[in-house]
Amino acid sequence: MMATLHPKLSEERSQTVVSSTKSVKLKIKRSNPNVNSEERFDDYVVPIEKWTTVLDALLDVKSHLDHSVGIRYSCRQASCGSCGMKINGKPALACFTKISELDSDTITVEPMDNFPVVRDLAVGFERMINNHKKVMPYVIRDDSEIDPESGMREFLQSPENVEKYIQFSSCIKCGLCNSACPTMAMDTTFVGPQALAQAYRYIADDRDKGKNKRLKVIDESHGIWRCHFAGSCSQVCPKGVDPAMGIQLLRGYLLGIRD
Amino acid sequence: MMVLRESIIMKIHYGTAIGALSLTVVHILMRLTQDFHESLAYENVIANYESVGYALLLELLLILISVHGFNGLRVILLEMNQGPTYEKAVTIGCLAAMAGLIAYGSRTIIMTSMGMV
Repeated sequence: MMATLHPKLSEERSQTVVSSTKSVKLKIKRSNPNVNSEERFDDYVVPIEKWTTVLDALLDVKSHLDHSVGIRYSCRQASCGSCGMKINGKPALACFTKISELDSDTITVEPMDNFPVVRDLAVGFERMINNHKKVMPYVIRDDSEIDPESGMREFLQSPENVEKYIQFSSCIKCGLCNSACPTMAMDTTFVGPQALAQAYRYIADDRDKGKNKRLKVIDESHGIWRCHFAGSCSQVCPKGVDPAMGIQLLRGYLLGIRD
Repeated sequence: MMVLRESIIMKIHYGTAIGALSLTVVHILMRLTQDFHESLAYENVIANYESVGYALLLELLLILISVHGFNGLRVILLEMNQGPTYEKAVTIGCLAAMAGLIAYGSRTIIMTSMGMV
């Protein structure tokens, strides 16, 4: 049954199909652990343009071929970090990966490694969010920006100090770094590169006074020292964050070679 | 379970690595004081042990390598599996094995240096 489309949507869709000259095979890994342990790949042929992203192709599949494909997405512009998945074996954001740049006629999409699968391509973020919370990702101070006498005030930051952590502020919590991390694959209690990079972000912020609290959290048997410095976390980050470097800088604090 | 913080343990780990490497260099350089095959001759090996300085070097090398090696093994084992009981067993097991190896090695060094072999 065809649902009635808004005239503009209808026009847009027909234009896309008519102008498309190429198609790719999309292999989607399907599973539903809540029902059974079966895993399989379903193949779909989708039309593409040079600007078509993997997310566009997946949404095309959902719209026209199989609406049951489980996928999490939201912003479509690499801001929300919802559509992380393994694309041709590498963790990437579906909305930020153009099919034309993959240079392949077959695109394999799988759920991210090191995360429990909810259904198909959607994974659970509980472990990552819990670890993120554990490192206290906020500025810790005894005083407040709300001043009882003068009202609001600002904790000013110099441009030089912003440079120390600004790249780590770009984290969108997509989980790609944790998915690529070899230690995360082995150690189910490892705190992970995402949380460690965020620990560094706040420790390096000179407005923050919670350094010792955070260092205590990450300085345990499944904390920062279990990082092997494989660097895969930094390779896959879509926002240019370098968690591997953040981890090494954090180690400097713990070894006493940084203040 | 761990009495020491992980950063202290890792400082010991890195320190023992640097120490062991430095002493191994001295140990290997000692082979250059004579022909290599001569340095491995039974009498010369025993003579090394009977020299107090060299015996101390070997004892220190034994301690450094045992501490570094068994902490490395602990780290590997902790990554392979998790859980409080397992982690406690790994830590105690590695400490016991380390102590056992140092005790046995020290016994050999002491007995040889005292001419009991």
